[in-house]
Amino acid sequence: MRGWRTLGILVGAVVLLLFPLVLEQYKLYLASLTLVYLILAIGLNLTLGYAGQISLAHAGFMSFGAYAVAILVPLGVPFEGGLVVGVVIAFLWGLVLGFPALKVKHHYLAMVTLGFNIIVFLVLRNWESLTGGSFGISGIARPRWGPVRFQSDRAYYYYILGWTVLVVASAHWILHSRWGRAFRSIRENEMRAEVVGVSLRNYKLMAFAIGSAYAGVGGALFAPLLTYIDPGAFTLDRSIQFLMMVVMGGLGRFEGPFLGAVVVTLLPELLRASEGFYLIIFSLAVILMMLFMPKGLVEIWDWMVRKMTRRRHGPAHPPAPPEPAAVLEAK
Amino acid sequence: MSLLEIRQLSKNFFHLSALSLVSLSVEPGELLGLIGPNGSGKTTLFNCVTGVLRPSRGHVLFKGEDITKLTADGVYHRGISRTFQLIQLFPEMTVLENLLMAAQERKGTLFSRLLRRDETEEMDRALNLVEYLGLSGVKDNLAANLSYGQQKLLDFGMALMPDPQVILLDEPMAGVNPTMIKALVTHIQDLNAQGYTFVVIEHNMEVVMSLCRRIVVLSQGEKIAEGTPAEIHDNPAVMDAYFGT
Repeated sequence: MRGWRTLGILVGAVVLLLFPLVLEQYKLYLASLTLVYLILAIGLNLTLGYAGQISLAHAGFMSFGAYAVAILVPLGVPFEGGLVVGVVIAFLWGLVLGFPALKVKHHYLAMVTLGFNIIVFLVLRNWESLTGGSFGISGIARPRWGPVRFQSDRAYYYYILGWTVLVVASAHWILHSRWGRAFRSIRENEMRAEVVGVSLRNYKLMAFAIGSAYAGVGGALFAPLLTYIDPGAFTLDRSIQFLMMVVMGGLGRFEGPFLGAVVVTLLPELLRASEGFYLIIFSLAVILMMLFMPKGLVEIWDWMVRKMTRRRHGPAHPPAPPEPAAVLEAK
Repeated sequence: MSLLEIRQLSKNFFHLSALSLVSLSVEPGELLGLIGPNGSGKTTLFNCVTGVLRPSRGHVLFKGEDITKLTADGVYHRGISRTFQLIQLFPEMTVLENLLMAAQERKGTLFSRLLRRDETEEMDRALNLVEYLGLSGVKDNLAANLSYGQQKLLDFGMALMPDPQVILLDEPMAGVNPTMIKALVTHIQDLNAQGYTFVVIEHNMEVVMSLCRRIVVLSQGEKIAEGTPAEIHDNPAVMDAYFGT
């Protein structure tokens, strides 16, 4: 299992590093967009997949990162400075939105976060002096480190890739700590979690705030990718798109967002050839996937890994162990 | 001073009075039995003590500190743990993960739990416990895939994991086969001898009478009797509560 994972990471790294060298402009843009969406999906997977707290405000949190960069960079702030500001704002608003999560659950929480996304959208559209209103902000510069500029699409792709690696590594680090286990305990049995000492308040707030902070990172990288943003990019539709990535990929599975982000971003592009039918085909594909793979696309991944390992190591399941009573008797 | 003291505790669900003015105390090192017919308020009492439910009136004192208003995680941090009549586990975690989960919040701060990775001490304890409870063979299985009896034992193990001062057991023997009941009784006596304090809700009279030196009887939310097994056995009010007239 471990060997396969290492192999997967190596192959993935080579593809991600070399593939862009041969991609034309539009495909390069799609690859960059997929990475940005991956960052956002990882954030939502932490909040929803691991901690079980639904958020339909992910695009709203994304806008904090995007607008922070778009507003601050022209003022002479380096891109990374704008990104940090956006992430901090997203983190803090994530904390604020975490509070309702302490009182309401499931679809009620969905309504609360949905409302928040709409409010963010309205503020972005109406606070014209800051956000440019519905005209948005154009000519967003890409980052530069002294003489090194990430101006070309290819250079900016590698810049995004660097942040993606950071996000993946940090999410892995958080989710494999006691926090990750505490998040899962809340999702699996909230009452039991509290009885074994899990502070629902602390962990739910953190799950919301960290997930939102990742959305801020994604948003900050998103703005210079398109070089233009307007409030229409951060509507509820987009939040639902992230929800789809996480659910289709596999809730609460580390591999989930990778599969989800790739499929939700690239499948519509592949289907473009079918002209007017592509949305219908895409929706049908989503419905079928959910019917036959309710745990998400990771089921295909798991199936492949099982096939590979079984062939090499014989049956995957050891014989059933004896009942504990028998063990106790034997003592 | 009593370790755990319940004073005039009442709990109403709307117009239904689930507990009314129940008082009892638990001494350090004791093994107290709590019995009563179905619906007499035993589990509600546990829920009120452990912060799962907020009592309507009355107080819960632990080592003299009023813990009535604490949430469940606060009660856990004071050193009170419990099991559940309807088993409550983390189904998608392995047996070992369930045990580690039961101890991870015991020490440190929120941020030290993010930064500190070392878990050898907890892992040693968890491995000792699976050995002790006879769950070694299934330690890497998901909790959802265990048999009923094994889940019951895991629930018990989770209550022991944080090294608590008082353990509240809610029908630990219900639905468990006779062999495992024997094992559980031995475990409880064993741990009690080591100094752990227990309060046990149990329907199996034979077990309660042999296990506990003192028994409290609830009926329809009120305490109707308290005493040694012999006294309870001969108490007409208890017979009345169970069999009615």
